[in-house]
Amino acid sequence: MTPSTTRPTRRGVLTGAVLAATLLVAGCGGAPADPAPVAGDGPRTLTLYSGREEDLVGPLLAQFEQQSGITVDTRYGSTTELAAQLAEEGGATPAQVFLSQDAGALGALAGAGAFAPLPEEVRGAVTAPYTATDGTWTGLTGRVRVAAYNTRVPEAEVPADVTELTDPRWRGRVGIAPTNASFQAFVTALRVQEGDAAARAFLEGLRANEVQVFPRNTAILEAVDSGVVDVGLINHYYVAAAETPPANTALKFGAPGTASALVNVTGAGILAGAAESTEARELLRFLVSPQAQEYFARETGEYPLVAGVAGPAGMPALADLRAPRLDLADLEDLDGTTQLMTQVGLL
Amino acid sequence: MLLRRSPPRTAPAGPPAPVRRRRRPPRALLGAAVVVAACAALPLVWLVVRVAGADPGRVAALLARERTLTLALNSAVLVAVVGAGSLLLGLATATALVRVRLPRPGLWWVLAALPLAVPSYLLAFAVLAIRPEARGLGPLAVVLVLACTPYVTLPAAAALRAADTGPEDAARTLGLGPVSAFCRVTLPQTLPAALAGTLLAALYTLADFGAPALLRYESFTWAVQAAYEGTVDRTGAAVTALVLAAATLGLVAAERAARRRFTGARAGTAPTAAVPVRLRPAAGAAVVAGLGAVAAVTLVGPPAVLAGRVVAAGGVDADLPRLAVAAGWTLLLSGAAALLAVAMALPVGVLAARYRSRAVAATESVAYLGQGLPGVVVGLALVFLSLVLVPALYQTAAVLVFGYAILFLPKALGATRTAVERVPVEAEEVARTLGRTPWSTWWSVTAPQAAPGVAAGGLLVAVTAMKELPATLMLRPTGIDTLATRLWSQTSLGAFGAAAPAALALLLLACVPAALLVRATAGVPGGER
Repeated sequence: MTPSTTRPTRRGVLTGAVLAATLLVAGCGGAPADPAPVAGDGPRTLTLYSGREEDLVGPLLAQFEQQSGITVDTRYGSTTELAAQLAEEGGATPAQVFLSQDAGALGALAGAGAFAPLPEEVRGAVTAPYTATDGTWTGLTGRVRVAAYNTRVPEAEVPADVTELTDPRWRGRVGIAPTNASFQAFVTALRVQEGDAAARAFLEGLRANEVQVFPRNTAILEAVDSGVVDVGLINHYYVAAAETPPANTALKFGAPGTASALVNVTGAGILAGAAESTEARELLRFLVSPQAQEYFARETGEYPLVAGVAGPAGMPALADLRAPRLDLADLEDLDGTTQLMTQVGLL
Repeated sequence: MLLRRSPPRTAPAGPPAPVRRRRRPPRALLGAAVVVAACAALPLVWLVVRVAGADPGRVAALLARERTLTLALNSAVLVAVVGAGSLLLGLATATALVRVRLPRPGLWWVLAALPLAVPSYLLAFAVLAIRPEARGLGPLAVVLVLACTPYVTLPAAAALRAADTGPEDAARTLGLGPVSAFCRVTLPQTLPAALAGTLLAALYTLADFGAPALLRYESFTWAVQAAYEGTVDRTGAAVTALVLAAATLGLVAAERAARRRFTGARAGTAPTAAVPVRLRPAAGAAVVAGLGAVAAVTLVGPPAVLAGRVVAAGGVDADLPRLAVAAGWTLLLSGAAALLAVAMALPVGVLAARYRSRAVAATESVAYLGQGLPGVVVGLALVFLSLVLVPALYQTAAVLVFGYAILFLPKALGATRTAVERVPVEAEEVARTLGRTPWSTWWSVTAPQAAPGVAAGGLLVAVTAMKELPATLMLRPTGIDTLATRLWSQTSLGAFGAAAPAALALLLLACVPAALLVRATAGVPGGER
């Protein structure tokens, strides 16, 4: 084979031309989005940080866009990640609204002064104990922690107190999602109820028991349903929200009054820099409207928190769940919980 | 060209060493190169500053925990296994490509290179679609070996083609059998190139985030991402990222030291080139079947498995408009990254090819830093950096493209340097004596001859950027999806069928530059280095 200088050169020029043409074509596809909120009477846009998954809230946000004419640019991520990002960004944040998967992240941000006061019409929509008492953020839906288990395990064997999952019989059979804010909120509840030492013992026990780590709740549910693990710690509604109903999965509710029966909320707040944003107010108003509340009850199986909206089908009423007696504000030490989980080696 | 990395004193195979001018490099060129090197060093410097500014107690506790050791061991074992596997499979493939007479040889070259376009997380996802309980080292090593082998195959095949077979013939006359003569005499000539390729495979493995996450193997990258997603205080993510960067840079340095000690006999253009042997039909069929099986599993396997899920689910809602927009962004971002990386590589590459001094060597080494910085590290650093230094560009595509350019600058740089070295200095000197200015000489003499090699470097950057995941996840503008992020969100949902359209689109898109790459370089002996 002799080196040929002409052929490759022509090819090289050709590839360069192809690349350039591709760029030109793609260049027409759009320019980088300007993160600054648009003022005046231009197209109305809103930047939302969502710690809730796109498959759960995407359709609802699409309804909002259609009805309001506001374009919502959503940054999806884990709730904890976005809370850290908002703390990092401070006043420079491009986000106007934060939609959170749990109360702990909202409480932590509220404590740092990240939120603007809620508009009056939103403030009264949800009543205590499912919302912030100081009007910094509002609860949107309720959810309860459950142990999802594969039905090949007899229901009686699944512990109603999940701290028993550190027992050697569960070695390698349990799945958790340490990066998930709802799991972290459960650990915070355990710290509040039983103390840091007990929470640490639980986490270390799980680790020693070869707990299987998953990136998120949906992955845990799949693993339970396919028998990769026997028990997974998730929120109740993932079963209802799954596109194909899991055939081999059942839910065990926690023993009344224990952290295992924690009722947590999803919620939203307007960031301090967007105090005057009409778009942010409109979105919050929409989220506590009957339309959105019914969507959550029907489509994702969550508990609506606005009075007069029927709860999810086939689930015990929120009042009957007998959650542990703690204030959602008690869950705000998210940093302490993630520190603990880091020390134990789950993060 | 493909995989040429830090400047070896002795090229394993290739053109005669260029005559370098002893003159001082032009100030403008050196200045531009220093600016590029500074950009490449930015993420690492920032991380060091950030960790140094954090609470020392927290940092010490993070470093001292048992988990750091676990992660280090996990990553080390993975790198060793994948490195060894890629080396063996790559050498075997290269030998088949160069020394065996195959039907449609050009096709096999392309097929050997195309896995470059296949994201490792797509392979891992296909494994999960077949066996949902798959996890850990075994399946992950298989996936990564398949994804990384081209990094070894291409330089090894190029070196093998340029290798001098004279010694092998001599060994035959002394009574060695054909196989043992090849293995004992010729194969060692390709080792420097193959080992350089193995280093790239090792670096890819150490930096890979998607496949370890899907197969739940707790590697360093996975831990950085978990800390980023799961903690409120980002010190943990920064410290873990810094440890990972240190490990990766250590790997690069070790390989360089080993290479410096190795001064093998340099083959020039092969005086006696090997003639591919015609195997017995059964053996030939076995070789073709082996090559075909690897190509099929890597390239056809994932889309076929996902398509099977689509059929099983009775069709799937592909959301084509959204897919098209994601494809547009993928093209735009990877194309811009390729152009920026080439633009950044030019001053450093020209400098390294034509001048020799301490300053030049240092500049070039710093520009190669991206090779030792995994995507999670660069992504994390640029999230912090853009917010502080250029708030106006925070969360815009510009920062993401810059991140790609830093990450993949080494690929463009190796290509550019080699391409410029191939242009004879004498041609430039003749032009200069005829009264042309340095610039006009560059445009009329050097650039046209170096263009194909430089363009190939750009193509490689484009392919790699298309499938890049962790930095893309952290830096993409709000509301923007690329094919890789679309695919990733489907994989984390376990939506096997729904992921098929994005997977297919990404493969088709990435295969175009990958195939062009082979065609642009395979015609030149030693061109794929």
